[in-house]
Amino acid sequence: MKSFLLSHPSTLTILGLLAACPVAARTAEAETIVLASTTSVQDSGLLVHILPLFTKETGIEVHVISQGTGQALATAAHGDADLVLVHDPEAEAAFMAAGHGLTRTEIAWNDFIIVGPDADPAHIAGTHDAVAALRMIAEARAPFVSRGDKSGTDALEKRLWKAAELAPASIGGGWFRDIGGGMGAALNAAAAMRAYTLSDRGTWLSFGNKAGMKIELEGDRRLLNRYDVILLDPRKHPEAKQAPANQLATWLESPEGQDAIGHYTIAGERLFHPEADPKP
Amino acid sequence: MPNLFRPAADAINLVVGLDADLLHVIALSLVISLSATAVAAALGLPLGAALAIFRFRGRSLLILLANALLGLPPVVVGLALYLLLSRSGPLGFLGILFTPTAMVVAQFLLALPIVAALSHRAMEGVWRDFGDDLLVSGASRGSAIPHVLSIGRRGALTASLAGFGRSISEVGAILIVGGNIAGYTRTMTTTIVLETSKGNLAFALALGFVLITISVLVSACAFAFAAGPRRSRFLEIP
Repeated sequence: MKSFLLSHPSTLTILGLLAACPVAARTAEAETIVLASTTSVQDSGLLVHILPLFTKETGIEVHVISQGTGQALATAAHGDADLVLVHDPEAEAAFMAAGHGLTRTEIAWNDFIIVGPDADPAHIAGTHDAVAALRMIAEARAPFVSRGDKSGTDALEKRLWKAAELAPASIGGGWFRDIGGGMGAALNAAAAMRAYTLSDRGTWLSFGNKAGMKIELEGDRRLLNRYDVILLDPRKHPEAKQAPANQLATWLESPEGQDAIGHYTIAGERLFHPEADPKP
Repeated sequence: MPNLFRPAADAINLVVGLDADLLHVIALSLVISLSATAVAAALGLPLGAALAIFRFRGRSLLILLANALLGLPPVVVGLALYLLLSRSGPLGFLGILFTPTAMVVAQFLLALPIVAALSHRAMEGVWRDFGDDLLVSGASRGSAIPHVLSIGRRGALTASLAGFGRSISEVGAILIVGGNIAGYTRTMTTTIVLETSKGNLAFALALGFVLITISVLVSACAFAFAAGPRRSRFLEIP
């Protein structure tokens, strides 16, 4: 029996769709590397600003997977990235100690800030002691949004609470809100809840939904935020594309790369400082 | 907070402006979701029909399974697929993690049970009404599958569109296995997630309107094609 279905219009439609949609045709294989990075360098627009310069110069395309520092390091440990760009000194040290990393180099820095509602119910605006400010927020039971996602920012926040000798999650009263999300999600939540939160300056400056919020606290030396690029150890990660990854790391440290980082501004304000800029 | 009118106006401007990046995002979403749906339909429709036609041990279990998997959580599919496709996983040698191919696989896995379960439901009725006639006119149960699908093509279309709807609207799985890489694995839904996290809420919502419009257009096109001849040429349906 002749297959009736083949002569039917709807069959032809389906076959047509199959033919028209080659399973995600890959583009001509230019050299590509996978960079596992933190959300802050992506959400703030830094990588979008500087990576095209690198690609133009070397022909190497960089595929950026933007995750929290904890997840980015895990991705690299699984062997699914060629290099990482993250900002949590303690987690990075553990990553190096486990033998995943070959070299770790600081390429940029900026700072963290505490942002909060214009009304500032905990009266921390203009102060410069982050630990004291967290104590005041806790005492006032003012809403505070915590990342809770093992990112670099989350790790710093936990260190600050520890320094304040407080366990905010067990204080109770509903003011401490662990949202388990990225920096942008935390800022959106803080804006909606009129809450305080710890943010990196880059994401804050480029954030588009700041209504009713302002920077409350800045200038504490403990709020320094350094970004490191880590190359993977080929003995542990033979699959990583060592040569082009090395090219990217070298370029980021080069005068050209440092210049590109230093020239990224929003509304005239610099988001990231080159590594060599004097720290406060 | 943005009101709903600005995003709607933005959506129109976005499309009229024909921004190259946005066009790429839209095209990629369509290619990935249509590919996943096509493969899911190619396997799921015959499977659904076969479940309606054949009687065999374990059939009820398969039907139960297909229906249970209707609620398959995308994020779990994404995570499982990530662990399989990771360099340190069993399928790592394929090297398809963080590529569009991995996203097609994820959406295919999500769409398959939907297509199979819904087409089984539709073809059950077709088989009840026309099964005896088909068998009398000399078809074997196996060769009856295309005829049953042809008679029940509207049900088959709805099943396929439900699979497409799941695919194009899904974000949890493709975010994990695709990595949301700009210009490579960034789709409509992952862009919406990203723009929301950047606080560009109005822009994100505008993208949402574009996504819904495209979804409606695809359904409309599919129905227009399927509207063709009302009756099977094989069997005159009274």
